[in-house]
Amino acid sequence: MVKMKVPEYMNKTEFSDEEWLFEIAPKNNFFSLNLKEVWRYRDLLMLFVKRDIVTVYKQTILGPLWYLIQPLFTSIIFTIIFNNVAGIKTGETPAFLFNLGGVMVWNYFTSCLNDTSDTFKKNASIFGKVYFPRLIVPLSIVISNLVKFGIQFLIFIAFYIYYFMIGKVTFQFTTATLFFPILVAIMGILGLGLGMIISSLVTKYRDLSFLVGFGVQLLMYVSAVMYPMVLLKEKLPTFGWLIEYNPLAYVIETARYMLLNEGSISVSGLLYTVVVTIVVFFVGLLIFNKTEKSFIDTV
Amino acid sequence: MKDIILRAENISKQYRLGTVGTGTLSHDLNRWWHAIRGKEDPYLKVGETNDRSAKGNSEYVWALQDINFEVAKGEVLGIIGKNGAGKSTLLKILSKVTAPTTGVIKSRGRIASLLEVGTGFNPELTGRENIYLNGAILGMTKKEITSKLDEIVAFSGCERYIDTPTKRYSSGMTVRLAFAVAAFLEPEILVVDEVLAVGDAEFQKKAIGKMQDISKSEGRTVLFVSHNMAAVRSLCTKGMLIEHGKTVFFGDIDETIDLYLKSSIFSFNSNNYIEFEEKENMPIQISKFEVSSLNSRGERSNSSGVLMGDILEFSIFVLAKQAYSNLKASVIISTASGTRIAAIRSNEITDIVYETNGDFVFKATASDLKLMPGDYVVTIALAENNTTIAIKEECIGFSIVPTDVYGTGRIPKGNLYVYSEAKWELNQK
Repeated sequence: MVKMKVPEYMNKTEFSDEEWLFEIAPKNNFFSLNLKEVWRYRDLLMLFVKRDIVTVYKQTILGPLWYLIQPLFTSIIFTIIFNNVAGIKTGETPAFLFNLGGVMVWNYFTSCLNDTSDTFKKNASIFGKVYFPRLIVPLSIVISNLVKFGIQFLIFIAFYIYYFMIGKVTFQFTTATLFFPILVAIMGILGLGLGMIISSLVTKYRDLSFLVGFGVQLLMYVSAVMYPMVLLKEKLPTFGWLIEYNPLAYVIETARYMLLNEGSISVSGLLYTVVVTIVVFFVGLLIFNKTEKSFIDTV
Repeated sequence: MKDIILRAENISKQYRLGTVGTGTLSHDLNRWWHAIRGKEDPYLKVGETNDRSAKGNSEYVWALQDINFEVAKGEVLGIIGKNGAGKSTLLKILSKVTAPTTGVIKSRGRIASLLEVGTGFNPELTGRENIYLNGAILGMTKKEITSKLDEIVAFSGCERYIDTPTKRYSSGMTVRLAFAVAAFLEPEILVVDEVLAVGDAEFQKKAIGKMQDISKSEGRTVLFVSHNMAAVRSLCTKGMLIEHGKTVFFGDIDETIDLYLKSSIFSFNSNNYIEFEEKENMPIQISKFEVSSLNSRGERSNSSGVLMGDILEFSIFVLAKQAYSNLKASVIISTASGTRIAAIRSNEITDIVYETNGDFVFKATASDLKLMPGDYVVTIALAENNTTIAIKEECIGFSIVPTDVYGTGRIPKGNLYVYSEAKWELNQK
């Protein structure tokens, strides 16, 4: 055994209260969110966004066209199955446009949720080596998905114009339309919040990642993506609460109202959605911040 | 009083052994139950010293225990210790990758880590894009990177490839680029782990030089972890020796290294063989490794002290549960400070394809290995085709004892690794 030689200062139990730049301690104050630090790393945020967008479709022939193919085909299939075969009525609006609007907004939510929900697992190798505010990663996902959403929104507008030309839709621009970006933001924040909660729990309990995979698919059917909200309430009154308490259904229904003037707008429903979104987001933020300190030991 | 820039107070880190799975939930609930009643975490009391080889009773181990140290501005602190001593855990805590279980680290400067270079490199992005991405991950702003871009590219020596995706780079080039980015970081404290293990000699020299610059002329502090004692000695001003998660020594770098070398040789030098614990459910495993020597009269010696000029025999005893069709073995000899000096590889020496079925002994007899007196350590590895199937790193040491190998009555001297038989001639012109 080697003899211990301890420098004198180590025996001191008390250190004078000097000014330190920062401390690394086992636990932070539960409510310290370090948002200042996130701001300091904003360049990294933008670089991650750029990386996500640039690298996804590298070495593919169609490139960013893949962003369009997926919602287009989903909408076509929904139109065939739900509208032509099952005969769901979509009011004045052409079924395809109705579905495209729903799918587009829904996609934004699911891609935010799915991509952020494995933040810790997917980035374990990089998180295990350097420190930067972990929040940057889910934030960058939400922003790069927003770009993807923007591209899909363009195709929606293109089809809108097409249907307008052939006289299938009438152009109605209401003040409600102006609030559409806020609706998109709610969708993104809700996806981010849920994603942060799940990603934090997945570090310990992998079961959740399976749950998310198919849970999201099932959720779509009670979120009024391919049918108007009233329809479910009419046909299945016993399960009306499913859609009644689903904040996502309100967002999608409202989105269609804003864009296509189809369906209804429920102020209480929207208010409820906003409250749920804010709660989920802050709970997510807190859990996420708590997890980032030591997840590397459990992931 | 010196200008203290970093101070660690009672840093400890506890890990849970085994798989994280069943039982985590119950432990979490128990912990939570203690927490809401305002009691201490019940699992913090348990835990054992982290000794890899000894069997323990507790599920929890202390990877680090009560680490205290201070680093002054401009100092280069070398952190040394055997594999698994807790060096990397300490660096991880310092670089905020994981939080300590107890204790506080106080710092007066930004800490940037170079735990493994190339973090966050995306193979699809070009070198230039990766410089930005990697720089930003390490904490630089875009503006800072732009202002240093030319220097970074020049330092890496990858000008020609800078607009090529890094997946087309050789691994050496990737490391150069990554180190270049990190070298131009301007944190007050730089944490470096084993970067010098890669890259060619020229680049290593450049990297060491750069690190010396960082500490000497720019007055920044470096914490350096490496097994390469030569690099540690040339770079560091102070040393800290960690053993089983505890600070054993803190002070002058030369003293630290000497102590480390002594302790590591001492711990396995009593026998000329080492037996490994048999594990269940392993298709192949090394059960024993023996180094013996044959002197010029053909007598075998079973001590770990080997006379200069003796023939070395390395025997790897293997337990195998299945048949292997193309086995290769290698014996790698390193100096006590970790520099590899010789490798004896079966597949390089012969064309024989070794086939086995069941347990076997693989033996290499090296008659031409002319080692100078000193302490050496051996790493052994078995491979099938090109996959390593068993490896024991630096598992045994032996000492070469000086003797009059040339028969001249004079013993070769000097801090050297190899000697050679030679014929001297002088031709007058």
